[in-house]
Amino acid sequence: MAWRGAIVAEPLLILDGLRKHYGGLAVTDGVSLDLRMGEIHAIIGPNGAGKTTLIHQVSGTVAPDAGRVIFGGRDITRLSFPARVRAGLARSFQITSILSGFSALENAALAAQRRHGSSFRFFRAAARDATLNTAGMAALEAVGLAERATMQAGALSHGEKRQLELALALATEPRALLLDEPLAGAGQEETARLIAILRALRDRYAILLVEHDMDAVFALADRVTVLEQGRVLATGTPAAIRADAAVRAAYLGEEEIPC
Amino acid sequence: MMRWSPALLLALLAAAPWLGFSGSYEFTLMARAMVLALAALSLGFLVGGAGLVSLGHAAMLGVGGYAVAILDAHGVTEALLVLPAAVAAAALFALLTGAIAIRTSGVHFIMITLAFGQMAFFTASSLAAYGGDDGYTLYARTEIAGHRLLENRLAFHYLCLALLAGAWLLLRAILASRFGRVLRATRENAQRAEAMGFAPYAYRLAAYAIAGAVAGLAGFLMANATEFVAPSAIAWQRSGELLFMVILGGVGSLPGAILGAAAFVVAEEQLATLTEHWRLIFGPLLILAVIFLPHGLAGRHRG
Amino acid sequence: MSGTLLLVQALNGLQLGVLLFLVAAGLTLVFGVMDFINLAHGVQYMLGAYLGAHFAAIMGSFWLALPLALLGSLAIGLLLEVLVFRHLYARDHLAQVLATFGVILVLNQGVKAVWGTAPRELPVPALLDGGITIMPGLQYPVFRIAIIAAGLATAGLLWLVVERTKVGMLIRAGATNPRMVAALGVDVRRLFTLVFATGAMLAGFAGVMAAPIFSVEPGMGDTVLILAFVVIVIGGIGSIRGAFIAALLVGLIDTLGRSLMPDLMRLILDASSARQAGAAIASMLVYVAMAAVLAFRPAGLFPVRGG
Repeated sequence: MAWRGAIVAEPLLILDGLRKHYGGLAVTDGVSLDLRMGEIHAIIGPNGAGKTTLIHQVSGTVAPDAGRVIFGGRDITRLSFPARVRAGLARSFQITSILSGFSALENAALAAQRRHGSSFRFFRAAARDATLNTAGMAALEAVGLAERATMQAGALSHGEKRQLELALALATEPRALLLDEPLAGAGQEETARLIAILRALRDRYAILLVEHDMDAVFALADRVTVLEQGRVLATGTPAAIRADAAVRAAYLGEEEIPC
Repeated sequence: MMRWSPALLLALLAAAPWLGFSGSYEFTLMARAMVLALAALSLGFLVGGAGLVSLGHAAMLGVGGYAVAILDAHGVTEALLVLPAAVAAAALFALLTGAIAIRTSGVHFIMITLAFGQMAFFTASSLAAYGGDDGYTLYARTEIAGHRLLENRLAFHYLCLALLAGAWLLLRAILASRFGRVLRATRENAQRAEAMGFAPYAYRLAAYAIAGAVAGLAGFLMANATEFVAPSAIAWQRSGELLFMVILGGVGSLPGAILGAAAFVVAEEQLATLTEHWRLIFGPLLILAVIFLPHGLAGRHRG
Repeated sequence: MSGTLLLVQALNGLQLGVLLFLVAAGLTLVFGVMDFINLAHGVQYMLGAYLGAHFAAIMGSFWLALPLALLGSLAIGLLLEVLVFRHLYARDHLAQVLATFGVILVLNQGVKAVWGTAPRELPVPALLDGGITIMPGLQYPVFRIAIIAAGLATAGLLWLVVERTKVGMLIRAGATNPRMVAALGVDVRRLFTLVFATGAMLAGFAGVMAAPIFSVEPGMGDTVLILAFVVIVIGGIGSIRGAFIAALLVGLIDTLGRSLMPDLMRLILDASSARQAGAAIASMLVYVAMAAVLAFRPAGLFPVRGG
């Protein structure tokens, strides 16, 4: 896929020299990259390259030792995880994290609640709140889960749970999405469906995608950044990354890069 | 069945005075059950709604009760003043101690609430002007708009019942509200609640204060029911008992807390007629209930 | 307040501190390694005191009563482990709190049924009776000095075991990362039993040592349990070093607070109000200290678990 020339705007998200050490081990060692509106920027790398730790630092669940995270021109390095979500930086989790006891719609409606009025309302039943239900339903529709709305989330199939995970991120009405292995554990059919959903989302969001499924990465990404031992090995278009000798060397013995 | 049994229980309590349960003993017992049910209800809201296992809830009851006693000692016996004061004092106590306790979680939270409860207990014991260890006897029950209405057993019975039913409906509505949804989400999956943009702290603290307020109401009734307030009534064992009532009825269910409290009072009363060492029977029952009935008497876990 | 009185109060505080440490050490290890919250730890302290008083009354000797009480504490601890606690390791903290609360009800009532409600006494052994002059004109009871010495020695021994032996290494690893220890193929059950037995003996030991100075009565364990909770919350759950430092801190704050507060209040209040207010504030001091520590360090002074 060619790099679409339309992307000229300022980056929405900038990671500037992020560092994180655990003991003597540098898990993130000076990572800088950026993410623009309307693009999918994939981060790949061998196991232990520091992809998930990086996502944690961007989303605010792990504090970096050094470096900055700039979002929409604002330094959000010190913001908490929920505060970043409110600023428009939503994330999904590698291990499905949903409210199993809530229905799919209740899940999505709650995710939308932060954008639609105060949450310190104590008396009116939320289930009858049309604003919330409409917003929640829209998010479910965006991932093709509308007909499962009343089902208890814990009873959904694995693939549907992955879709709901995505819907919950969308319902927070973000500008950027941090997706941590959205295809994890999905079967072939489910993967195809999720790829189609992600592709449909691309134009409206900036998406930072961590994914192990290389076919999916090269089918979806506008740009790819390769991490190795906490450092950026290379950043470029999928074609350029495929051709990169250093990347090929790093991946020897790991997953094959499809050509 | 579970859904309606507390309504049935409340209806029975409403009818009881007309079914022959109108002696001094019966009224005392029912008042005790309703006061504890109100306290257990507020704790059930905290445990089931917010996932906050407090082992210091009796202190909230105590703050409400002592508010009545202290005002009484200074000649203030008007319910329109005393009741809001008791509720507000307990809510404020909850807010202040909760602000620190809720910074922690899990077993830390259990221990810290226990410690704050004990702090309230020792403070009450050292209030020599209000009876100290021996407790404080009210001059009279609280008056309502100048009338000594609560001296009437029947009126007091229905006041307790109305407040219990009202608190149940109120807490149920709160759990179903926008706020309640966030609260339940933080209990079920705090990480997900955060990913939805909710920082759990403020919601948990608000829930803690609400539970404190309702327990303060229970404390107001407790003081009036017995016309007496003592540190022993708010000792940490009472907090443990309240927790047991909540569990007995099944965690996560407000009706369960009411049923649990009723079952507790009846069991205690029955066992106490058997032997003065009734705790030797009650304790093992509690242990067996925990080990073999993980979801309470209701037998199922409400999501 | 005079300097000598202050010294006496400081020694009393130290003595309360080491007793608290003996109770808190078991509690913090059991929680650290087994993730098990044992409210019944306080009644195990009480049983130590009762067994000590009982055996001393029969045998007529503190020195015979001490080992017997320790063995008794151990036996009861292991019995409780088999009957009750073992079924709770996999359960949530709520279930653990409730079931061990049930154990408290039973044992508190049990000692009433067996020994009555009146306080019992364990006389100070002749060898440690009397006082020694620690400063010109100041006598301090030998027995209290002995408690401090025994407590410090036990703390030192415990520290050596935890820091310097293989078992200690497993205990520390267990407190930091319980799953890892299980994954290493260690017999976790045996480690649990060992830690548990040690905790029960330490609590029992504290009970016997405390019996001659405090009254032996039902419910005596509850106060100690709650103070021990304060200790391990301040010290950081699972940390022996934290428990030690926090125990001394709590012992000193509580004891000194009770003797100093009324005098301090005299500066701003009249005598009788000062006594009342002083007593009220003094009884709150350790909890205020706990709140202050937690406000700045929610995981305690020496947090063990990473992340």
